[in-house]
Amino acid sequence: MRDALNLRGNHALLTRANPLAKFVAVFLISLVLALSIDWVSASTALIAELALFPLAGLTLRLLWQRAWPLIIAAAIGGWSTAIVAADSGAVLLDVGLWSISEGSLELGLGFMLRGLAIALPAILLMSCTDPTDLADALAQKAKLPHRFVLGSLAAMRLVGLMAEEWQTIGMARRARGVGSQGSPIQRLKATLGQSFGLLVQAVRRASRLAVTMEARGFGGGQRTWARESTYSLMDAWVVLGGVAIAGGAVLTALGAGTWSFVWR
Amino acid sequence: MPATHSGTVRPAAISAEGWGWRHAGRAQPAIQGLDLRIEPGERVLLLGPSGAGKSTLLHALAGVLGDEEDDSDETGSLLIDGVTPREQRGRAGLMQQDPETQVVLSRVGDDVAFGAENLAVPREEIWSRVHEALDDVGLRTASGGGLALDHPTAALSGGQKQRLALAGILAMRPGLILLDEPTANLDPAGVLEVRDAVARCLDKTGATLVVVEHRVSVWKDLVDRIVVLQPGTAGPQSGTPGVLLDGPPEQVLTQARSMLMTAGVWVPGYVPATRARARTSGTNELLLAAQDLAVSREKPRRKGFRTIPPVPVQRDITAQVRAGQALTITGPNGAGKSTFALTLAGLLAPVDGMVSAGVGLSEGAGIDPYKWKADQLISRIGTVFQEPEHQFVTGKVLDELMFGPRHLGHGGERVDELVERLRLSHLVDANPYTLSGGEKRRLSVATVLAAHPKVLVLDEPTFGQDANTWAELASFLSELLDAGTAVVSVTHDQEFSAVLGGTELRLGPVSQGETAPQEAGAA
Repeated sequence: MRDALNLRGNHALLTRANPLAKFVAVFLISLVLALSIDWVSASTALIAELALFPLAGLTLRLLWQRAWPLIIAAAIGGWSTAIVAADSGAVLLDVGLWSISEGSLELGLGFMLRGLAIALPAILLMSCTDPTDLADALAQKAKLPHRFVLGSLAAMRLVGLMAEEWQTIGMARRARGVGSQGSPIQRLKATLGQSFGLLVQAVRRASRLAVTMEARGFGGGQRTWARESTYSLMDAWVVLGGVAIAGGAVLTALGAGTWSFVWR
Repeated sequence: MPATHSGTVRPAAISAEGWGWRHAGRAQPAIQGLDLRIEPGERVLLLGPSGAGKSTLLHALAGVLGDEEDDSDETGSLLIDGVTPREQRGRAGLMQQDPETQVVLSRVGDDVAFGAENLAVPREEIWSRVHEALDDVGLRTASGGGLALDHPTAALSGGQKQRLALAGILAMRPGLILLDEPTANLDPAGVLEVRDAVARCLDKTGATLVVVEHRVSVWKDLVDRIVVLQPGTAGPQSGTPGVLLDGPPEQVLTQARSMLMTAGVWVPGYVPATRARARTSGTNELLLAAQDLAVSREKPRRKGFRTIPPVPVQRDITAQVRAGQALTITGPNGAGKSTFALTLAGLLAPVDGMVSAGVGLSEGAGIDPYKWKADQLISRIGTVFQEPEHQFVTGKVLDELMFGPRHLGHGGERVDELVERLRLSHLVDANPYTLSGGEKRRLSVATVLAAHPKVLVLDEPTFGQDANTWAELASFLSELLDAGTAVVSVTHDQEFSAVLGGTELRLGPVSQGETAPQEAGAA
């Protein structure tokens, strides 16, 4: 968890872009891809996104390590669409209840590619953006309230701690005889008890952290920013890149005649 | 906005007149009738029994106590330089006990800058203050870690985190520095690190200091005045002065030595009397053995389709636990002491090597404690965690004590004995979470022992405890040992291990470059 949020060692080009610009580009791509269900627009975007990997310091290996559940989910989603969707065109495979036709295969493929194409930009964003820089950009550039932004940022640091605490509480409770064995109901009870223990600790930690922050003057009206969130020429390119990928996906799909709005 | 933009620090004066505070939802005030003047630049150690309202006073001075909307209650006046603390943010800086919650942001430089940002200090000046503060607390020297501004705060030790917090406070240029048991969670090296950093910074800035701490010897030479507070919950009788004693350290410590000792304060040169171990000790039977053990808190990780074993924090540990004998595990922070103890106690799976239970301990449950069912485990090995609250599973002290015996189908005879012995009888109907620190510690030991384990494992049992609880605990464990229980303890406390006797297992620092999970705060 903590490793995933740590950018040290990643010096790729996109780490220097303003998080807000990256955010806008990701938003554009996801929005456009959510509009259609064809496979051409999805694969165009996907290819373009894969080409951006080196710029974000991401490799296929890293992607698989961080996002394998997403990738498997997309594959399963595509497969089930292919076998369940209404048949159209030539039937390729028929196993009683299930059948795969050209039409349903296309739909399934489109579904899978789309899932990946929508998920990838977000993974790209996370892998080349430091949460602190994102908070700076959201507060200084997007003008979101700083109490909210910095509060969330500090709370996020506690999430990693809570993961460790969960493990400790689990062991501490086993040492009291609360086991993870037994019937499903007993296990559920044990998990609920452990969650309660974690909740108590989380509340304690959070209130102590709040005291720390308040004692450092947090919550006043005016504040300055030690790190200035700035735009550079690169950010224009990032947004343009987002527009290009989104636009390219739509245009190729229109050109191939496969574009179809989800609501149709 | 405070006028702290100039480079120099203006030491703060404190004046309390008949001041008192009742927290929202409490019947009794935490502190009342306090009359106290502290001159600019004075360094004051605040002592008093637990429940005397010391933390409440520090929180009030830091301006973080209560809000107008809740129903807490303030009497009299408490002022810094003649003004209410809440109206002058940044005039006082507060450091609390738990290092994990003293860090706000994830990079060292950003964290130090946080307070100055909130006080609207101009950007260029913030960074010059950040550099200066990090230098002052010694985090930038090679011996202090030589930290870069983008060093991740999660990778710091407890002592480093507290020094980082001090740097964050210094960057606000406060006239008053408030320390609320700043070293209670630290190992001896960390305690000195923090104490020395505080001393350097005070010498440089001349700021006023108020510190609350049980261990008087740590701060005695640094302060020039000791104030002893009266318990605020003593009763509503008027005319009770809030301050019991006040004067130069030597004088107060001489005058009040026996009183402070009775109150459980760690007066310098005082080791509380404890029960001595009997000469002959038990059967000496081998109960538990670790063979070439490698330990880690991490579980094997999945990366894609592969399973990767964790990097052990410590390896090649061989140790034996025998009936009626104490085993003390010592070593620097991050050496994997707690991790080893938890693995030995059957709570973590070994990364390599093995833990095996002798026949006298396993009694048919199998050789590997990690594979035992929870019921089998608690009647054989009892583990007391560093944070008692982690082990509370019910809402009432008596239920808490009966939990183990009920699970095992035993009666409560042992519980009655423990309640009596560990002075918990007046608390049986209370909620465990509402007890004091010492009471929680005694309860957590009692609950684990109620299941009658033959091996007792304790993780830093004396951390942050006052002298009274310390003495009770040490005497009680010495009795247990004589009665044939094996006691394994992870501790930095040499006096404590001297009482228990037995053998010491010293774990060396981790050699590999990987940062070991820091254990003082997490465990």
